[in-house]
Amino acid sequence: MTISQVSFGSHEPVLDVKDLTVKYIGDTRSTTAVDRVSFSIGTGEVFGLAGESGCGKSTIANSIMRLLKDPAKIAGGSISFGGKDVLAMSPEELRRFRWQDVAMVFQSAMNSLNPVLTIGEQIVDIFTTHAGYSRKESLRRAGELLELVRIDPARLRSYPHQLSGGMRQRAVIAMAVALKPSLLILDEPTTALDVVVQQEIMAQIKELQRELGFSVLFITHDMSLMVELSHRMAVMYGGRIVETAKAQDVYATPRHPYTQALMGAFPPLTGPRVPLTGLPDGVKFRNIPDLSEVSPGHFVAPFGADAPVIESANLEGATP
Amino acid sequence: MSHSVTTRQPGTTSGGPALEIRGLGKSFAVGGLFSRDSVRALHGVDLSIGRGEIVALVGESGSGKSTLARCVARLEKPSSGEILIDGVDVLRRDRFQASRAFRSQLQMVFQDPFGSLNPAHRVEHFLRRSLAIHGKTGGTEKETRQRLEKLMTTVGLEADMLNSYPHELSGGQRQRIAIARALAVEPQVILADEPTSMLDVSVRIGVLNLMRKLRDEQGISMLYITHDLASARYLADRTAVMFAGELVEEGESLDLLATPAHPYTQLLVSAVPDPSRAGSYDPVRRAELRQAVMASTHCAFDGDPNQACSAEEPVRHRVGNPENRHWVRCHLYRPWAAAGGHALASEPIQPGHPASNAQEEASA
Repeated sequence: MTISQVSFGSHEPVLDVKDLTVKYIGDTRSTTAVDRVSFSIGTGEVFGLAGESGCGKSTIANSIMRLLKDPAKIAGGSISFGGKDVLAMSPEELRRFRWQDVAMVFQSAMNSLNPVLTIGEQIVDIFTTHAGYSRKESLRRAGELLELVRIDPARLRSYPHQLSGGMRQRAVIAMAVALKPSLLILDEPTTALDVVVQQEIMAQIKELQRELGFSVLFITHDMSLMVELSHRMAVMYGGRIVETAKAQDVYATPRHPYTQALMGAFPPLTGPRVPLTGLPDGVKFRNIPDLSEVSPGHFVAPFGADAPVIESANLEGATP
Repeated sequence: MSHSVTTRQPGTTSGGPALEIRGLGKSFAVGGLFSRDSVRALHGVDLSIGRGEIVALVGESGSGKSTLARCVARLEKPSSGEILIDGVDVLRRDRFQASRAFRSQLQMVFQDPFGSLNPAHRVEHFLRRSLAIHGKTGGTEKETRQRLEKLMTTVGLEADMLNSYPHELSGGQRQRIAIARALAVEPQVILADEPTSMLDVSVRIGVLNLMRKLRDEQGISMLYITHDLASARYLADRTAVMFAGELVEEGESLDLLATPAHPYTQLLVSAVPDPSRAGSYDPVRRAELRQAVMASTHCAFDGDPNQACSAEEPVRHRVGNPENRHWVRCHLYRPWAAAGGHALASEPIQPGHPASNAQEEASA
């Protein structure tokens, strides 16, 4: 029995990250990429992680999957999945944990398909390796899987280059949910795609999520997209979370100046043309304190007098 | 070119448009040395940019917008058509390659500020070189120095950054240097090909604001090429929509995006994520729009006695108030099989709901 089946349907958080700290250790100095980050994701919840390049959002995703490689080190904190400590898993446990419990769709995942194998062979591989089905049974399920993401099952015999970018991305998402994981991590799943295709993929993910009931950790820098898809979201800056709340609350009343800057970076498609400012060049926040609750469910890192906005180009980010 | 242009007004101010493109076409040869096959990337593009006007060119990847930019910048030789700057056809004036005179009229800002600045030189080198090549140094070293510092102030950077190397700057700062380099030449037109798409989201707005400031204060015209409709609306006076190598719709940005007339524009507008209309995605409507884009059988302007529809020849219909200079190409017109190769055609058109399969999957 996998962890997913145990935890499914309970109100326990599926994933609980506490005070996670990840450092990149260098010869002369080390950088804290993720600094005491805590969040949890409930069953069937879509949790968004927003922020710019280098803020540590992908590092968090890789820590959850235990995919970090040297020089990255988890320096503190805990990650528990369905009550199990992810950081203490043995290689064999990890092998089962990945894909079966938590699946991940990487940035430009559509380019991660093996070009010399057909789509069908690659999906069948998942079932025979991880679920132990026979080849025939696997093939039947592979067909069903493609239908689930609205690709003609005849495409099982196609090679990746014969599919369009959108179809490949859909196929990758189908593969990610093949083993019914209870958590799906999406790391910028649509950045390489055109807007029309992007919206269809996002609608597809939403639909799959409703049908299969998995939780989602959704990582992107596109605030508009995130607010549309997520239930709750967190905004990261320099390895720290500066604000977390229901997505609609963040959209309606962003509290932290950085969140406001991010929101102000996306001009609206309706209403009058108003000048936006974004984040002025060179503005940095340093020594971001712990979150405090400003209204029910809305947590913001205190700023202003406690965390003065300092103009500097410090590469160390938020190292205390 | 046999285009019946219904509304064609010169630029906003006197003296005609700063840049005018007439019937521009470009085909690329495909296949081997003796192959006669070609791919038509651009066909009959007409576009004019007034003085001190920003025109956005939007469309998806593969729609031909970058090919248009490369043709206008003379990095690619167009197969047909004219490019007029100040009413002079530059393709005829400098037949083989762009002249220095042309370069001082039109400058480019590229997508990748990491690749467009030589890492071995200091910022000062790029700007000084631009000034020197185009004879804008002002004669004395003191004068040159002043111009360099003024350029830096214009693009919102400190003058002491002149001594920095590109790797010491952030993406936004580098893009500002690229803009300063273009400005050094004092061009009439700047061609900006996705200038913000490689930048971090929080600094994108700053670069857009800079471009707007240059238009307002220095009267520079710009062709802003982007796939981001929201930023086109924010920055550009007019927006032109490109699909399969042709312009299908054009108009005042606010008007065009509020009342898109061509199915393709409607498709693009409906796909932009916007939290204020969350949950607006409707798969059935989407499938209809796709169908309309790929194989339209009727035009929204059918039956208008003043604007006859045609499937054989591109007809431009006026949309709404003439003040908005908003036109749309007749929906009936198909540019031979060109649209068949577009990404939209290869995506499945299936409004069906595979709920039954999903349930089986869930219980299995």
